[in-house]
Amino acid sequence: MKLEETASAAPVPASVGVTPRAGRVPITVWIAMVFVLVAVVCAVFGPQIAPYRANRQDLLLGTVPPGGDHLAGTDLLGRDVLSRTIVGARTALVGPTIVAVGAFAIATILGLLSGYLGGVIDSAVMRWVDFMFALPGPLIAIVIVGVAGGGFWTAVVVLVVLFTAPDTRIVRSAVLEQRPLPYIEAARTLGISKGRIMFLHVLPNILPIVAAYVVLDFAFALVSLAGLSFLGLGVSPGTADWGRMLFENRTILFTNPLAALLPAAAIVVTAGSINIIGDWIYQRISIR
Amino acid sequence: MKGEGIGSYVLRRLLVAVPLILLISLGVFALVNLAPGDPARALVGSRQATPDVLASIREKFHLDEPFLVQYLIWLKAVVTGDLGRSIQGNQLVTTMIWQRLPLTVYLGLYGSLVALGIGIPFGVLAAFKQGSEVDRGIVTLGVLGVSAPAFATGIFLLYVFGVILGWFPTFGQGEGFLGRAWHLTLPAVALGVSVMGLIIKITRASMIEELQKDYVAFARARGLDRRRIVVSYVLRNALIPVVTAAGLIVVGLLTGAVLVEVTFGLPGLGSLLVSAVTQRDIPVIQGIVLILAIFVVLLHILIDVLYTLIDPRIRFGKAEA
Repeated sequence: MKLEETASAAPVPASVGVTPRAGRVPITVWIAMVFVLVAVVCAVFGPQIAPYRANRQDLLLGTVPPGGDHLAGTDLLGRDVLSRTIVGARTALVGPTIVAVGAFAIATILGLLSGYLGGVIDSAVMRWVDFMFALPGPLIAIVIVGVAGGGFWTAVVVLVVLFTAPDTRIVRSAVLEQRPLPYIEAARTLGISKGRIMFLHVLPNILPIVAAYVVLDFAFALVSLAGLSFLGLGVSPGTADWGRMLFENRTILFTNPLAALLPAAAIVVTAGSINIIGDWIYQRISIR
Repeated sequence: MKGEGIGSYVLRRLLVAVPLILLISLGVFALVNLAPGDPARALVGSRQATPDVLASIREKFHLDEPFLVQYLIWLKAVVTGDLGRSIQGNQLVTTMIWQRLPLTVYLGLYGSLVALGIGIPFGVLAAFKQGSEVDRGIVTLGVLGVSAPAFATGIFLLYVFGVILGWFPTFGQGEGFLGRAWHLTLPAVALGVSVMGLIIKITRASMIEELQKDYVAFARARGLDRRRIVVSYVLRNALIPVVTAAGLIVVGLLTGAVLVEVTFGLPGLGSLLVSAVTQRDIPVIQGIVLILAIFVVLLHILIDVLYTLIDPRIRFGKAEA
């Protein structure tokens, strides 16, 4: 009995990710946390930190390369690239937060109902999830956001809907893992209502896994929203936003390369850091 | 169900796909009504919206009929291969798609070559050196790959190899097969890197799992050559999850292709879609989305069939679940 247990238990933790030693936070995660902190500070205090006002135009100056008064140069309208990148952290973080939290809020309800109650609700929800999986999601987002007239909020709402389907599947399978456990049976025997069991007993137990996926979703939402803005469909013209800056400044790659490279780096570094943190949380949970 | 042959399995899956495709086509058709304001105005495009023009558009697109009737008229045309005409240039949508398709297919294949060519060896290497610095490096690279959208990578490549080093052209699509390969190298790398992370992740995880199986230990104990164990036994089994994830990978490539074509100014299907979306050229959007969606649905069926062929343990009935 003992032998069997160890034999079957051994391969599980090693199969996911780099095996972290318990209690030690890897250096990459520390670095990632610092980057995220910087982005958060920029998002909150951006206008105060930025050397110039993000939308201050200087048409006479036009595009200048990095150096002098403008550390990262200026764009076509003479706006300071560094200031715009700092201020741009706000839309870069606010949008994905709404998408990740919103999608998981809906998915948690649907996943709990579908996983715990089963039956008709389950098959209806899973039909819908399967349908969404059959579609090329990101392309649908481009088309719907574009045809509906674009804009930050349209993009956010469309992404919430698209993200809800895979998230529901994750929550549902987490619920299905909880269902056969003794505490559920005990709660049932005590005559506790289904609603109470779902939201007061099952929910707290699946929250850690949900949290890990919210973080990973956030990174994906950041990249997706930036992509929509890059196509000219996300935030409205003139907004200081990383994706939008890439869209506007890719034509001046020869005169001021940083105008496009700095926001591009901001997107990659922020999304990368969040992904590293998300992966790390995910591993910590799956080891327990 | 147990004795079901591959032929009837494929047939059954195709039959299930029909209602799905119909549902998608309904959604695609409904796009006209999604545009803000009067659909007739949306279909006017850049022309002057005089009452005469509006009336002729109403007539042409049967806008006074009930929605379902409009849909059925449209569907009938689509089934016979008529996707309508572009609002902007009055060109046939099918012709436009046909002209743009080769570049996107070329870019997609080149991009997947890059993604698989880097992703699989790196995933295998990381699995072998699990826990080492090499492994950590590759895993971090994979995370960066997942986090770097194709347009951001594209801009970096364009700047370093196009502007600074001048090794690759910064615009154009090239003449002939080799010229095109040269022009499309940077776009293909940008595209490949965007899905490489996913491939590294899957290959590494399944390789690690596979290496711990008993048959590997047994083969090693028998003194079989390490390389032979890996190439002829382990890799074959470890790549099954990569095949299963092919749907995800192809959707990633499609999205990536849209972004890359816009970044590098390439006249492919993706940039056509984006310009159609920006100009609200509804018939062109409908045509492209319909074709891509059907492609993705059929691809999912193909993957499931491949999956059952590669791994005989999976019963056909279960493959859907």
